[in-house]
Amino acid sequence: MAEFKKAESTLEWFDQRLGVTNLYKVMMSEYWIPKKINFLWAMGVILIMLFKILLISGIFLLMYYKPDVNMAFDSVNYTIMQEVGYGWLFRHIHAVGASVVFLVIYIHMFTGIYYGSYKKGREMIWLSGMLLFVLFSAEGFSGYMLPWGQMSYWAAYVITEIFGGIPFIGNELVVWIRGNFYVSDATLTRFFMLHVLLIPLAILGAIAFHFYALRFPHVNNEDGEFFDFDEEAEKYLAGNKKESKVVPFWPVFLSKDFMVLGFFMIFFFYLVFYHYGFAMDAINFDKADGLKTPAHIYPEWYFLWSYEVLRGFFFEIAGISGKDLGLIAFAIANGIFLVFPWLDRSPLVKPANQRPYFKYWFWLLIADLIVLTIYGKLPPTGINAWVGFFSSMTFLILFAVLPVITKMEAKKVGGE
Amino acid sequence: MTLKLLDISEINMTNESRRGFIGKAFGAVAGVGAVASLVAMKRTWDPLPSVMSAGFTTVDVSSLVENKLEIVVWRGKPIFLLKYSAAMKPTEGRNVKIGDHYFSVMIGLCTHLGCIPAYRPDTKDFKCACHGGEFTADGVNVFGPPPRPLDIPPFKIDGTTLVLGEEGEEYKKLTAKA
Repeated sequence: MAEFKKAESTLEWFDQRLGVTNLYKVMMSEYWIPKKINFLWAMGVILIMLFKILLISGIFLLMYYKPDVNMAFDSVNYTIMQEVGYGWLFRHIHAVGASVVFLVIYIHMFTGIYYGSYKKGREMIWLSGMLLFVLFSAEGFSGYMLPWGQMSYWAAYVITEIFGGIPFIGNELVVWIRGNFYVSDATLTRFFMLHVLLIPLAILGAIAFHFYALRFPHVNNEDGEFFDFDEEAEKYLAGNKKESKVVPFWPVFLSKDFMVLGFFMIFFFYLVFYHYGFAMDAINFDKADGLKTPAHIYPEWYFLWSYEVLRGFFFEIAGISGKDLGLIAFAIANGIFLVFPWLDRSPLVKPANQRPYFKYWFWLLIADLIVLTIYGKLPPTGINAWVGFFSSMTFLILFAVLPVITKMEAKKVGGE
Repeated sequence: MTLKLLDISEINMTNESRRGFIGKAFGAVAGVGAVASLVAMKRTWDPLPSVMSAGFTTVDVSSLVENKLEIVVWRGKPIFLLKYSAAMKPTEGRNVKIGDHYFSVMIGLCTHLGCIPAYRPDTKDFKCACHGGEFTADGVNVFGPPPRPLDIPPFKIDGTTLVLGEEGEEYKKLTAKA
């Protein structure tokens, strides 16, 4: 054992055994965050809070939920909603939380795109973030199945059916995923396992990785400015707080985050108590029936844009069926954001409004995603089908031209 | 007593090759273990034998009403049974004659993404509410995203009784024509 002397204080006792002072410095008081940021930089902390809320409300729901096709629906809609004390509250927190977590993820993601926080050393932050998006999507999908209502059932049916589009092994793969020829008890139980154990474990690991990926390239700032963090940290520690471009994570950065978090929590619980309906689809209060498709099915709002890309291609082009085109476009839509750092060929790390071409691209993408989201909820008939087709095409074209316009941008700013 | 000093570099060499061997041996054991685990995990996710062998559905079609869709369940799937009236034209390779009447026998799942289309007796066609696909009374896709006609389940005819899940004469003839 290393040299050891009796501790003079409780802190020293822990310090000797766990190195708490060093840990506190590395994680909190000497973890440096740029000064020039705004409220959009608080989304990460809000997401951590939402994940905690989902985890805790989920634990309480888990005490009464029954993952069995004959019992699931009543265990949610009767036992939890009517018998368990404050069961309705935990369900509404869980449902609203699941919806709002996607809202904040999208804000977080598009903040990153707007400020260029995905390139010049920040690629792994972006990739781990996108991994989290994929995991949260899987978590949302598997959780949506559990109440075993009509929307649960048909969402599960349609989404698992998508894997049937994979060449050669598609049909067998669908049966394998479901554990039956149709969405059944085996499907419910295995997705229950994924929802409450495997995916949350993966999310915890991915969150740790996402944070770790931030440590070396550091957090971006409003101007996209690169500076020496060690130098700025020294200034701060020497008492030059005004001159230094950084602040410590704790207590300076987090105290402002908590302010934003406070406003957010008021908004969140306002939704939970007064506007929970948007997260609780009326059709899902009918018990799952594999022999009766609801007249109109659609996913939750946060999947509408990619769902609209999936069904946007309703006719054959060049001998490829509309179904296959839709599946290909859907696969592209879900994968394209992963490679975003490599599609943007411009070296500029600047907010979008200071980039000559990218600013138009960015707002066009936002507009297109809004159109896709709105039309994803409408029945795909008549003019709606065409709006779906053109906005899906716009989405694909926007990503196809991104390398070109960013290359042009690189030339233009290089020539200035 | 004298100690023979070993050449330091020699020790390192032998240790390194030993470690190399241990590393490769462990890699082999871990590899076999990983493959075996994947096989076991894959099998655990497979449908159970009871599901795979899940039985046959038998329907007596003599009581069906003309131009009115009857839906029976086979392996968790809805099966459309549509008895044709005299005014409705049967199609080669799509309709089967049982007794004196022609019938459509089809899996009632849209070939797009598996929703259940609804039958419209006045226009004598199927309309899928999910993505707007349309099929004729014999199940041929005529509008929207469905890539192919409604699938025909394996069946056998025994008098006026239809057995779903078994490939009979008529089924083989029907699919050979299609």
